[in-house]
Amino acid sequence: MAFISAFDVIGPNMVGPSSSHTAGAVSIALLTKKMISGKVKKVHFTLFGSFAKTYKGHGTDRALLGGIMGFNTDDLRIKDSFKIADREGIEYSFTADEKETEVHPNTVDIDIENEEGKKLKVRGESLGGGKVRIVRINDVKVEFSGEYSTLITMHDDKPGLVAHIAKCLSECNVNIAFMRLFRSEKGATAHTIVESDEKIPQKVLDDIYSNPCVHDIMLVEV
Amino acid sequence: MASSANFVNAQTLLSLCEQCDFPISDVMRKREMNETGESREEIDKRMKKALSIMQASAHKPLNEPVKSVGGLIGGEAAKLQDRRRHGKSICGSMLSKVIAYSMAVPEVNASMGLIVAAPTAGSSGVVPGLLLALQEEFSLTDEQLINGLFTASAIGYIIMRNASVAGAQAGCQAEVGSASAMAAAAATEIMGGTPKQCVNAATTALSNLLGLVCDPIAGLVEYPCQNRNAVGAANALVCAEIALSGIEQVIPFDEMVEAMYRVGRNIPVELRETALGGCAATPTGCKKACQIFHRD
Repeated sequence: MAFISAFDVIGPNMVGPSSSHTAGAVSIALLTKKMISGKVKKVHFTLFGSFAKTYKGHGTDRALLGGIMGFNTDDLRIKDSFKIADREGIEYSFTADEKETEVHPNTVDIDIENEEGKKLKVRGESLGGGKVRIVRINDVKVEFSGEYSTLITMHDDKPGLVAHIAKCLSECNVNIAFMRLFRSEKGATAHTIVESDEKIPQKVLDDIYSNPCVHDIMLVEV
Repeated sequence: MASSANFVNAQTLLSLCEQCDFPISDVMRKREMNETGESREEIDKRMKKALSIMQASAHKPLNEPVKSVGGLIGGEAAKLQDRRRHGKSICGSMLSKVIAYSMAVPEVNASMGLIVAAPTAGSSGVVPGLLLALQEEFSLTDEQLINGLFTASAIGYIIMRNASVAGAQAGCQAEVGSASAMAAAAATEIMGGTPKQCVNAATTALSNLLGLVCDPIAGLVEYPCQNRNAVGAANALVCAEIALSGIEQVIPFDEMVEAMYRVGRNIPVELRETALGGCAATPTGCKKACQIFHRD
């Protein structure tokens, strides 16, 4: 069972009104922002389930946009997210999909693009009490919470890649808390996700990237 | 103290308190320090930060009323404050403050202001409502309140671990009921109660709100949530008084938590934060929901 901290009970410190529909939305978007480097140019949110039904009253839209701009759950600027995004020149849009039912009730898909034209598609779920998890990256099913330093490596589905990643981490003395491999189908792009209690140094990323079978690496620090 | 300060329920919590001759707050601190590697100073600093947010959110709407995003609430705390200041309260100084503060926080929450979920945003007025009123009435220090918040978190943790604090899972009894149990235990420790008395107060608080449904209009954390925060805080005050008088409870806390969870699972889905029953399904509730969602 995951550790429940005193600050999971007395917390999170957050902009209201809802830990799942506001704070959780901020966290999902903030994780997504951390996964894409550089300045965000364009973002589209697709909301499902209860998110789709009640997002306006809960400020879920402002919360999501705030997270994309790097705000934390307790950042009072969330209330003015639209204004700030307009000023920063970020293009944003929202769609409510109330038809899709095969999803967790509080789900959002985030399609994001940075100024260099790099695109990323992320699906997040808000689990209640401000807890969240990322469950999809670019149509590949994954799972991580963002509560640990998280290293996401996209690579060819070939033998030796996981060993390569583990070796790079061990050479920099990084202890692995959790490690999992996800892929959509055999031979397609695989995603290896490593979660660690400690910060992961840039050298690990450079070392992993030196392998030609590695397509991309993302580091999400807490 | 034993090397492990971990506990899984009230029974193991109380035996740790007895073994170490610690109040509940210190056992919870020790557990937090053991699990996270942070020092006592660090975790106390984090709790102090939470307390300062609670203080700001309980006080601000007394003088600066704010309208909620959905428009169902706003300005209640100022009205309560006004009545109290004019000496008209029928509740006396302590309880009238409890009501004003516990309704102020949801007002801030519903207008996208900064609050501390305790344990949830929907029930965020209960713990600060009672503790801040106590602080003023009994000239308590912030340090005493921080002790109370650790005690409250121990009770909340036990409920989260063994049941749920989510309205969608177990109704308002799991949100405001849990918050009320947390506040009752905190107040009991602050006012000199034993760990056993703290747990008794939490048991009473939980049992008094057993079966309370979650039925917010339009699914928004506004109405009747704000009123129920006041009831949760007032209930906690009553339960602390009962416990501090040395009155024992027939049912142990751990069994009450289990009962709350079982009752919660038996609450129909319409009454678990879906806005399909109770207040939300009244003709007026439905009309308000339509107005909110079609207004722009």
